[in-house]
Parts: sequence; structure tokens; C-alpha cells
Amino acid sequence: MSAKQQLINKIGLRLDGRRANELRRIRCKMGVFSQPDGSAYIEQGLTKVLAAVYGPHQTRNKQKAQHDACIINTQFSMAVFSTTDRKKRPRGDRKSIELSVLLQQALSAVIETDLYPFSQIDVYVEVLHADGGIYAACVNAATLAIIDAGIPIKEYICACTASLANDDVPMLDISHQEEILGGPTLTITALPMSEKIVLMEMSQRFHLDHLPKVLDKALEGCKDIKEILDEAVKDHVSKIGSATGWANASS
Amino acid sequence: MFTTKSFIKKNKVGHFLKHVREHYLRTDISCGVPECKKCHSENTSSLTKPSNSNNCSIFNYDHYLILDTNIILDQIDVLEEPIISNVIIFNTVYKEVKHRSLPIYKRLNTIIENPSRCFFLFINDHHKDTFVPETAGELINDYNDKCIRQAIKWYIEHLPNKKFILLTDDTKNRQLAIADNIPAYTVRDYVQNLDKKSLIEDKLSRNDLHSASEEKELFPPHLNKIELLKGIKEGSLHQGVFRASTVNFLEGFVNVDDIKEPVLVQGRAGLNRAVDGDIVAVEVFSKEQWVSPSEIILEDEDVDEQEVEEKEEILKNSTVLESEIKPTGKIVGIICRKWKQYCGILKDTSDLGLYQIFVPANKTIPKVRIQTRQVEFLKTQKLVVTIDSWPRYSRYPHGHYVRALGLIGSQQTENEVVLLEHDVPYSQFSKEVLRCLPKLPWLITRSDEEVRVDLREFDICSVDPPGCTDIDDALHCRPIDNTDTLEVGVHIADVSHFIRPGTALDLEAASRATTVYLVGKRIDMVPELLSSNLCSLKEREERFAFSCIWTMDRQANILTTKFCKSIIKSKQAMTYEEAQLIIDDKNKTDAIAQSLRHLNSLAKILKKRRLDQGALVLASTEVNIMMDSETMEPLDVKVKKHFETNSMVEEFMLLANMSVAKKILDEFPDCAMLRRHPEPPASNFDPLVKAGRHLGFDINIESNKTLAESLDKADKSSHPYLNEMFRMLTSRCMLQAVYFTSGTLQKADYYHYGLAVPLYTHFTSPIRRYADIIVHRLLAVACGADRTYPDLLNKEKSTILCQNLNYRNRMAQYAGRASVAFNTHFFFKGKLNDEEGYVLYVRKNALQILIPKYGLECTLFLAKKGETTMFQYDEERQTQSADGVTFHAFDPVTVRLQLDSSNIQHEKFILQLVKPIIRGFSVPALNDLNDGDRTESNEKRKSDEESGKNNIKKNRK
Repeated sequence: MSAKQQLINKIGLRLDGRRANELRRIRCKMGVFSQPDGSAYIEQGLTKVLAAVYGPHQTRNKQKAQHDACIINTQFSMAVFSTTDRKKRPRGDRKSIELSVLLQQALSAVIETDLYPFSQIDVYVEVLHADGGIYAACVNAATLAIIDAGIPIKEYICACTASLANDDVPMLDISHQEEILGGPTLTITALPMSEKIVLMEMSQRFHLDHLPKVLDKALEGCKDIKEILDEAVKDHVSKIGSATGWANASS
Repeated sequence: MFTTKSFIKKNKVGHFLKHVREHYLRTDISCGVPECKKCHSENTSSLTKPSNSNNCSIFNYDHYLILDTNIILDQIDVLEEPIISNVIIFNTVYKEVKHRSLPIYKRLNTIIENPSRCFFLFINDHHKDTFVPETAGELINDYNDKCIRQAIKWYIEHLPNKKFILLTDDTKNRQLAIADNIPAYTVRDYVQNLDKKSLIEDKLSRNDLHSASEEKELFPPHLNKIELLKGIKEGSLHQGVFRASTVNFLEGFVNVDDIKEPVLVQGRAGLNRAVDGDIVAVEVFSKEQWVSPSEIILEDEDVDEQEVEEKEEILKNSTVLESEIKPTGKIVGIICRKWKQYCGILKDTSDLGLYQIFVPANKTIPKVRIQTRQVEFLKTQKLVVTIDSWPRYSRYPHGHYVRALGLIGSQQTENEVVLLEHDVPYSQFSKEVLRCLPKLPWLITRSDEEVRVDLREFDICSVDPPGCTDIDDALHCRPIDNTDTLEVGVHIADVSHFIRPGTALDLEAASRATTVYLVGKRIDMVPELLSSNLCSLKEREERFAFSCIWTMDRQANILTTKFCKSIIKSKQAMTYEEAQLIIDDKNKTDAIAQSLRHLNSLAKILKKRRLDQGALVLASTEVNIMMDSETMEPLDVKVKKHFETNSMVEEFMLLANMSVAKKILDEFPDCAMLRRHPEPPASNFDPLVKAGRHLGFDINIESNKTLAESLDKADKSSHPYLNEMFRMLTSRCMLQAVYFTSGTLQKADYYHYGLAVPLYTHFTSPIRRYADIIVHRLLAVACGADRTYPDLLNKEKSTILCQNLNYRNRMAQYAGRASVAFNTHFFFKGKLNDEEGYVLYVRKNALQILIPKYGLECTLFLAKKGETTMFQYDEERQTQSADGVTFHAFDPVTVRLQLDSSNIQHEKFILQLVKPIIRGFSVPALNDLNDGDRTESNEKRKSDEESGKNNIKKNRK
């Protein structure tokens, strides 16, 4: 009936060959730079994001300094070559500012800020290739970078997108193509272990009846991502550890 | 596994952009063959049932068929035959079909969804073993063919003890396949060797029948796609929809967006093989070459070449009117064919050869050449045929036979043709739909009583046409104690209580959109249990209703409005006539009579107020056909009678609709379903204004109000039917009223021109219209009786729904008219009458005559074929004169009416002028005929009947 393209075909496959509850391929790496205190690189499908963390260090702007917590400074930017259309993206355009603020809110939910009074943590994320779910990839990259920097956090913080296919089936981890063709995209940032939702954003209106199932799906996605990130962190730590020799001691 | 696809695409601005997309390869895609142990087939789309096997004499084994794209695109009619089964469709093919032709894609989908057909969709492009990467510089067609071959190879290796056969009409692909040891055949070879080939061969599409070389080319060539697109971009060509003329086969119009008037195209070279509905590219001539549309009627009668050329000549000579000049052009190419299936019959010839000419019932469609081996049988049948191609050398398009509908001339067949022609879904309700119905006995429960207002004690009654079983409205009215106000209630059947959103029943009703009324037959929108029983507000039955209750003062001003779901019990179900009698009978003073009288007096005030605001009173020729209940033959044709009570019920329905429209728009400014009637453009009124001017009436079309006023004045006491005819002409100038979603238009466009109200919707007939069900749901949410659901609030979905509703409504209306026309013809068969009529239009070679007694409109030709007319045509004043008699529009005439059945498909009335007498043209009245003449005509009639019987006998053989 609808002229819109079907996002899931009869066999239950999406346009790129995934099933509704499958994430895109995630590959990640920690400690990609040596200059910052922590850094990470993540690929979610074709979306590629770099994150770097500096700090905690002394606040540069004395006025902003808080006596009981550290401030988190985030900066989001996209590379000019990140989308199909090559555009100049001056830092500080509306979208970047919005995403920076959202990222800052998400991170302040997990970082133990009260440990570092009068100090500041800088988080820089750079999107190298945008193919849907940019914000989610940024959050996941930032989590890894913060862990790499050794900053204490309460638990993993993960983000994932979900949407409705054919106005009925909830599906996970939306690619750019599906974002354009499909309906509303729900982005959630959650603490997957305690199942708390930190942040939730809808790209457009949709009927309340659909919300619970889409939300459940997205939360499920966050848990899956957490597993993958956890794996990556353990892998990274054991590699670094073995370089220092402690891995040998335990074996 | 993971790979990426990248391709370069041009965007809207004209930049070339590189797109990169992910492409996942999977290991969990099943091959679909049930015996296969290697694949875990979690989705059991059973490819084979034991009963299904393909038998073809080329092979001595059972096998699976694999189809190439060209087979599906060209031979979908063959594939729809149940004899073809066990077919594997590759996703590569599937996607290409979708890309090339959406209608065929939809038909393919219905085949795939039918489990008994055993069609299986194999996602070859996401399977890790059948995926083939594209090589640089490869054409997309070659790549697709490569994918198909790779997938078959995989199948053959995967299941060594099964056989797979590729059908393709692409020679290169077939050769390459055979080189790869894949058995490949053309569809023709395959079908001709099928064991049970029966008549399936007729259904093969014919694309490659003649080599065109030696034959004369009748048509100029079409430009190719690239030239067309270039021409359109540069502005030298225009894209538009071709509409063939209904009366002249050598003429048509192309509606182009950027030209105000439709572009006229004439002659065979001008039409250049366009078929009604096609999207074409048209080249507009320079202004000097523009001509006017001919006002003559030409029919395509003979196969003779010369005749056509003569007719083209006639056409050329009749298009020189300076004043009527229209943009003129010629069609240079077809952008998109909109060929459908057409109903019709075979042309009657003695030739029983392989090639036959098919004559479609729709006159705007050209005749079609088909190939068949069952001429004898098909001659007696109504057929469905599709067009395959139209080569340059062929006068008619080539097509193939799809199916036979039944005997020509039988009422059942005719009804089916009417339904099919108008795309009315008329199949039985499916089991799933019937499962959604409530179980009988249906009882009102305590919980129902809690949420509904109990109106069972009220004196509610319904007023409907005689024989109505789907009663969807009832009324009541009572004075409120101690005040001078009245309480008026309109109670509408609560269909939305039974039809819940998203159920099979709901989807079916949405797709049907409306109940279709044919003569002696009703195609229900909802199953009969609902339409004639549970929803119908029957006399003395407790029923659920949606009530709209106003308090009004005696001047019919609305003081308060209330909506609620209720339970009612109608005290009496009346016809309009009965209600009228009760009102008029002074002795009756019971509650029903009182309330009817109150309603009637309120309705009169309401009507007057509405007319003062500029509502139009229009007229149409609606007729009732009395049917013999046993033989189903029409007994008599009568114009419908109107009573005061008709307008009483109508007024309250209008009022309810308006109140509801306001309420739902307030509550849902973005997604309320409303109905609007756009103001027609001034040019639509031209014939009306012209006709008025010559009779000395000034028709002012500035607004609906001035139009209504001038219509009221257009009356002559000497000519009682004149006013009626003016109103009839006016109704033909109108545009269709349409449903729309409130969020999609500007507020000013919500206006209903005919009713002169700013807001209108349909609320009062949910049993027979789907729009009303949606409005009920919206209103139920608005008054807190129900919940919303996603699609109800979705603007795009509602818009799509509206489009479907508008389309179906239009078609239902046409179908109803076609059915009446057929039955009127049936009634007049073998009769010869003199009837009074009026001239409705004056044409160049004919007069359009209206016979009010039967609501008939027919053409009186002023000259026989090949003869020159004795009439003088005055273009300016729209008159025809001869022998001192002048015909104007609206002049009374007497004509002799006879049905001409020589063309079984297009039975038409032949008119002969009786009065006024014109020597050498008119015929004497029947009453004045001497006996000799009468017997002669009787004999003629008898012989007609006999030949008719003979026909029937022949058919039985």
C-alpha cells in the first residue's frame, strides 16, 4: 500500500543484508594516539569515529572551576570528507554544539566527577565517516577513550539507535540509508548494566504505541554493544599488561 | 562476512557523488528445498508439495524452474497459471522486476505469497557462496545475468540429485548458461512442451512475431529514452498523460503540466500508437499550425486501409474553426506505458484463423490483435486481453488472451465486466476477514451498558428508501420540558465498534472503500452480517449507535452539541413515502408523528438558510430500474421520486456531518479526514453560460451564491423542464468532491463549493463508506470513547488512504452508472417507442437528446454516414437549422427510440426525429403509421428476436 520502500523484505532481511535485531559490524581499538591521556577508534559499520581524552588537569578558566567536581569539556566535530557531499564544517555550527552538549551530559552521568575538584576533563571526538548513528558511535568511542585514560567511571555507557521498519517491526542500529528512507530514529544512551537510560532522543514524532518495543530493542542493542566494548577493553588491558609483565606473573 | 558496495550517483543539484554502502553476506540463508539437510530452513516456505511437479516433455524428470527477469516481465500471465510451480526466484531478478515495472512486481508478489504455487524467493545477493562482486566497467544487465548463473551453479552443486532449469529469452544469457552446463531454454520451447499445456500457449506474450522489414510502416518511429529526456529538459518536448477521445478514435489530448490547456493530438501520426492513460512526450507545433478539436464523431469500423485515410481527411477538414483553436502537437515518444487488462469481445468475422481482432469495451482503447487456437469458444465469450506491444507496421497493437469471463450478453457476465472495468474488488470475503466478525448470538453486555449512554427509551425512527437493509441513520426529536427548545438526535450505526483498526476486516474494508450498488446487486464493503444485521439500525432491535445530539431553538439555531456512543432501539423503520404520509396525516399524534413534524419544520429552516448561503441545488437523472425478481430482467425504468422527507433526512445528515467536521478538526488539526469540493474553473461553465445567453438568461458564475441565484431565475412557465435541465448542465460543470487530510492543505481550500460550507466530512454512512469509519474513530477519540492508533494520526498514511477512497468512490459511481445503462438497454431490447425529449447540446453533426422519462441521454445524428447533411450549423449560436426549423439547446423534440444491437458490445440507441417535422429527415409518429408498416416493424422485431435465439443456441453448443 505505501509507496515507501520496504525496509525489511519478506525473508526478514534489511537492505544491507542484516536481520532486524543485528548490529552492524563493530571494530574498535584503544590507545591509538600517544599524545592524549586516552584515545580510541571505533567503527560501527561504515561510521568511523576517533576520540581523544585529555585530563583530568587543572582548569584553564578559573571562573568555571567548581570546588566539588571536575568539569567535562566536550567537542564534537566532523571531518569535511565524512559525508558523500563534501562540505565545509566550521566547528561550532549548531549541530556540532548540540551534539557536544549531549555528549557532555551523557558522560557526566558516569564519570566520578567529585573525585577531581577544580579540574577539567577534555573529550574530543572526530567523525571520520558518517553513515548513520553518529552520536551513538561518538558515545561509544568516548567511553573507550575515557577507560583508556584511566578515569574512574561508574559503569560502561553505551548508545544505540533503533527505528521501525515497515511501520511495525523494530530494528536496531540504523544505517544512513535506512535513516533517510525510514521513519523516526530513536537514539538512546544508557547504562546497560543497571538498565538506566541517560538520554533519549527522537528524530521525529511517532505514535506512543510503538515506543515500548522500539525502546526495548534499543536497550538490547546497548547491552550487545557493551559486551563488545568489554571484550575490546579486556583484550587491550591484557595486551598492555603482558607488556609490563603482570600477565606472566598470573600465568 | 562483510563487503561494501560503492556506486556513483547524480544528486538533484547535478553533482556526482560517490555512495558507499555496506553489504553483509550471510551463511544462514536457506536454499528453500525441503529435502535439503545442509540448510537449516527456519522459514518453511515450502518449495515443493508432493502434489506439485513440473512435467515437460523436454525432460523426463521433475525439476525446479529458475526464471530470468525478462520472463517475468513479459510472461507474467503465463506465470499466473497454476500449472507453473516449483519456481525459484532470485533476489537479483526480484529487484530488477521491481525496478522495471511496479505492477508486474505486485503481481509477482501475489504469486509468491500464495503457498500453493510454491514460488520461493532466494536471496542470492546476500548468500556468501552466490554473491558475485561487480567487475569494473561491467554493464548492469551482464552483471545480473552473471549473478543468476552463479546462483544456479551453486544450486546444482548444493543439491546434486535435483534438477534445475533456467528459462530465459535472452539469447546471450542462454548461451553462456549452456556453456556453464546449466540447462537453459526459452519460455516458448518450455511451454509448448508442457504436458498439460492446454490453453496456456495463448497466454504467451507475443513480442517477436513478424520481421517487420517487408511491411509498410504505418507509424513514425518513437524517439528513444535519451532523446526524450533531453527534449523534455530542453523544453522542446513536453511530458503528459494521453487521454483518447471517447467519440473520435483519431483524436486525443495530452494533459501537460506546464501548458494550461491540454494539447490536442490528431490523426494516426499524431497519436502515434499512444493508448489512453500512457505517459507520453509530445511536441507542440508552432502557433500557425494549431487547430481546433473536431466536433465530429468518428468510429474505427473497418480494417480497410483506405477508409482510415479518408477519415483522417475528414478530420483534417473539420478542424479549422478559428475561435476554438487549441494548442496542437504530435506524440513523439512514450515515456511510460500504462497498459492494463481490457474487457471486450472478438470482432465478428467468419475467419477462424489464428489471428483475431479483439474489440475492447472501452472505446478509448484501440482494437487488439491476438493469437488464439480456440476461436470458436472465445467468440461467444467476453474476454480479458492485455496489450504486449505495438510495432510500427501494425495498425493494431499486439496482445494476448488472459481469460474468459462468460457468455456475451448474459447479465451475470455484464455485471462482472462492469466490476472488472471499474476495478471494483468483488471477490468473496476471505476466511480471515470472516473470522473478525462477532459470534452470534450477539448480546449487549453489562460493560457495554456502562460505557454507552442508554437511549433505548427514546422515540427514535429511521427513514430510508424502500428495500433498504443497511440502515445506518436514525433520528429523533423532542421538546425539552419548560423551555422553548428542542432536542434533536442523529444516530449513526456504530460500525467502528465492530471493525477494529488493523484487523483483516479493517484492511479489506479500507481497500474496498465503499459499497457498490449495481442494478439488482450490491457489492458490500463489510460482510453481510454487519451490513444488514448487527450494524443496521433495524426496527425494534437494540443496536449500538454513535449519536450526535443538539439542542435547538425553534428557529433551528444550534445551542449545544453533544457526541456520545449510545445504545438505541429504533421504534419504527420507514420509507420516505411512509414518513411523508405520517407527517401529512393530521389524525396521527403519537410520538413518532410529532417528532417527524418537528424535524420536518426544522429541516425546512435549515435548508432555506443553507440555500441563502449559496448552496447549489443540482439535478441529475437518477432512475430506478424495477427488476423481475425471478428472471432478473428489468421490468420498468422510472425516474426516482422525491418526497419532502428525503430532504428532511438529508438536512440532518448534512448538519451532523458539519458538526462532526468541526469537532474533529478542532481536535486533530493535522490529520482529520474531511471532504472538500473545489470551485470549478470558470471555463467549465462555458456551455452553461452559452446556453443561458441564447435563452435570455444571464448565468452569473462569480460565486456559488450568484450561480444559485441565477439558476433560480432561469425558468419559463412555458417550459416546465427548463430549470431542471439548467441544473443538470450545471452539475456537469462541477468538479468531483474529494476526501483529504486536514494537514495537507491550506484552510481556505477546505471549502465545500456545492454545499457552501467551510467544513464538511462524511460521518453518517459508515456501513457503506470507509471514510465514515475513520471519522467515527477520530470522533470517538475526541469524545474520549476510544484510543488512537498509529496510522490514524499519520498524515502520509491518511493521505494515501484518501487517494484510495477517492479513486474507489469515483469508480463505484461509474460502475453504478454503467450498470444502469446496461439494464436500460436490456429493457429496451426489441422495443420501438416514440418519446418526448429535449435537446441538451447541439453538436456539429448531431444533437444530444435527453429523455427525462428514463433519464436517458442519446445522440441523434443529423446525417447518415457518407451523406452530406441538410442542416446548417451555427457555431456562434450553437444551433442547427434545416427546412425552416432551428434547433436550440433545450428545445423540446419527439424522437423514435430503438436499440441497435448490431454491435453486441456497444448496443446503442438509434434515434429518429418525429417532431418537429422536417421533410426528408423526420419520420412519422408511430401512432400514425398504417398497419402495413406496423406489421413490417413487428416482423423485423421478430426476426431480430429469432436471430437472438439462434445466437443463444449457438452459444450453448
